[in-house]
Amino acid sequence: MNDERTTKTISGMDSVDTTVLGADEIILNMGPQHPSTHGVLRVKLKLDGERVAGSECIIGYLHRGVEKIAEHRSYQQFAPYVDRMDYVAAVSNGLGYCEAVEKLLGTEAPPRARVVRTILTELQRIASHLLWLGTHALDIGALTPVFYCFREREEILKIFEKYCGARLTTHAFRIGGLQYETYDGFEEDTKRFCNDFAHKIDEYETLLTENRIWVGRTKGVGILNAADAIALGVTGPVLRASGVKWDLRKAQPYAAYDQYEFDIPTRETGDTYDRYVVRMEEMRQSRRICLQAVENIPTGPIMARIGKVLKPPPGEVYHSIEAPKGELGYYIVSDGTTQPYRVRVRPPSFINLQAFDKMAKGSLIADVVAIIGTIDIVLGEVDR
Amino acid sequence: MGHLIPPSIMPYVLPVLYAVVIVAVLPLLAGYIVLMERKVMADMQARLGPMRVGPHGLLQPIADAVKLLLKEDIIPDKADRLMFWFAPLVSVTMALLAYSALAIGPAFQIADLNIGLLFILAVSSLGIYGIVLGGWASNSHYSLLGALRSAAQLVSYETAAGLGLISVLLLAGSLSMKDIVQAQSDQGVWFGFSVPFGFFIYLVGSIAETNRAPCDLPEAESELVAGYMTEYSGFRWSLYFLAEYANMIIVAGIATTLFLGGWLRPGARYHEHIPGTGIEWLDALPALLTLGVALYSLKLAPQQPVKIQKIVMGLVAVLCLGIAGILAGALFAPAGVMQGIHGAFWFMAKVFAYIYAFLWIRFTFPRYRFDQLMRLGWRFLIPLALVNVIGVGVAIVLRQQFAWGPIVSLIPTTLATLGVAMLLAKDDAPVSEAQTADGE
Repeated sequence: MNDERTTKTISGMDSVDTTVLGADEIILNMGPQHPSTHGVLRVKLKLDGERVAGSECIIGYLHRGVEKIAEHRSYQQFAPYVDRMDYVAAVSNGLGYCEAVEKLLGTEAPPRARVVRTILTELQRIASHLLWLGTHALDIGALTPVFYCFREREEILKIFEKYCGARLTTHAFRIGGLQYETYDGFEEDTKRFCNDFAHKIDEYETLLTENRIWVGRTKGVGILNAADAIALGVTGPVLRASGVKWDLRKAQPYAAYDQYEFDIPTRETGDTYDRYVVRMEEMRQSRRICLQAVENIPTGPIMARIGKVLKPPPGEVYHSIEAPKGELGYYIVSDGTTQPYRVRVRPPSFINLQAFDKMAKGSLIADVVAIIGTIDIVLGEVDR
Repeated sequence: MGHLIPPSIMPYVLPVLYAVVIVAVLPLLAGYIVLMERKVMADMQARLGPMRVGPHGLLQPIADAVKLLLKEDIIPDKADRLMFWFAPLVSVTMALLAYSALAIGPAFQIADLNIGLLFILAVSSLGIYGIVLGGWASNSHYSLLGALRSAAQLVSYETAAGLGLISVLLLAGSLSMKDIVQAQSDQGVWFGFSVPFGFFIYLVGSIAETNRAPCDLPEAESELVAGYMTEYSGFRWSLYFLAEYANMIIVAGIATTLFLGGWLRPGARYHEHIPGTGIEWLDALPALLTLGVALYSLKLAPQQPVKIQKIVMGLVAVLCLGIAGILAGALFAPAGVMQGIHGAFWFMAKVFAYIYAFLWIRFTFPRYRFDQLMRLGWRFLIPLALVNVIGVGVAIVLRQQFAWGPIVSLIPTTLATLGVAMLLAKDDAPVSEAQTADGE
């Protein structure tokens, strides 16, 4: 009972009281130790046989107080912490934070830095989607795609490693630009990866897209219509699969996205299959952006002149980017000192997870793992 | 030696010997099928698989077995202790019992029952009690759900697989494993070719019966953690594991016997001799194949990184060489001995091919959902199997009335079943009923 008080609870819109049970109903605690909850998510399921009569997500097992830590670090010192939120898309987290602080300072990164940031962030999006695809397929019982996905993800991580020395929690960007110049052969590595990747995606699709079992397991599962998605604040591929064409890269361009051509894939139904199709297409579009960007990286400085000690003027700023999982926003309040007064993160995973109950109601246990996978949550980001 | 054993118990000596061999060898074989599974999986997934224990992981199964034996034996507090203890034994006993009627080659069979197939099916389906009891006794939700799934799945797919087998029984006219193989020899065609749909139905049914992916719902790792085995660990867990792999060999053995010609050599009508000898090329094949494996192992031996691995690899080569020697020697032995040894070789080769198909399917397909699996069983496989059985009956009448050949008479049946299959598949389009159906 004690953990009930110390953990937060998200309830969906028609949350079912899991303490009142019908005669044929049982409570199943899925997680926090479970192979398919993608970390330490605990889902309390009210089951009627195999059918889900109600669900409740219990979170907080990975809470590290990231936002509070920010209040005791300087702006630069806090930057590596954001990598640990969505740890499978550290580069994207860093981009959001750096740009938010730059906005607060009233400065901008130089063009070269912005293009390099775009390339690395798009590679990170591919890496994040690959991880999602592999684990999602694994949850649904396809054992092989995960190894193919990791094989390609490894190539991306190698590029990161060569660029900044780290693979997972990269801290690739600095406030005001980049710390490091690109290494010799960065363009070639990126191009080679992008060229190979085109038929690698086809390879994954051969295994899954038209597979009867895969289609049966994903079509019509976890439907989220556009109105509900908007009401719940869902963003990212989950929102776009429901038919809402909303992508911050187009809507509020940042970094260098306004310079490149790319499409925003959307689908209509908003089921698990649609989210799969959207993410697959997004990987292709990310590849397209990378190829365009790497062709023409401007020369010039990589760091804006902002000085060693950052003292933003008092005020507040909200800046958000399109992270692989949705809108990642940073709300930063400055009191004019070297440390932020408050940093609030709008994590896409946390907010998308709200849609879980809506999606899972009336489905089977097997669908629950498919739905957790399709929302693409990272508990490091949900709990922060 | 004959005078040491009283003649009254003489008929029992060989069966008992065989039984001892099976009980002793089967756990080892199961362990090596696990190794094979991991290696095949690794190959399909662009990686190496076990490489550390022994050369190319060849001693991994032994290390695993030792680990499992030495693990702490945990019985959950609220479990039903007696049932918890009893359930894995049921599973493994039933799996082993089924071997008594399986004919591994014309000579190697414990008991040639005239109801052999029926006996195997009956005994191996009793193994389900082990799963259901174990799931119930664990007193855990995951285990219970796994057990329930298992019970429902077995009932559904036993029916479909059984109907798939009936088509062969009609053709063979016997339930004895030996007679079924003999019938395939007499008719000159393996039943897998004359009733391909029977084979297909049994293949799908046997995957579901043995709880293998994509029908591994009772232990669905990503949903139910480990299903009915969730609370089991150590040796009890390994008993379940042994039962699962033993059952896999059983269904592969049934499929081999009924559809793939049992111990018959492929190309039975091809009698080209090696010049200058009375030996047929195809009879020399087993010895040549094992010789090839032996030479390959010998070539790999010096390349192993550690001295002990070199030695083990060398021993593997010697073992293969020995088997090749036995297979070659059998060519010059009396016909009965030769057929016994070569029959066992071909039988095991086919069993492993069938198991390879299992593995291939497992690593390619996602897992079915419970309701979809039930729908596949009841709405697709069972109607198809019924049509197939009726078709085979018609074919037999045709054969008797018009003296059509064993293959020709079955072509209309196969075509008709194919048509029905396509019709049913169209009807069974993958549309989810998750949001509307009421649980069944």
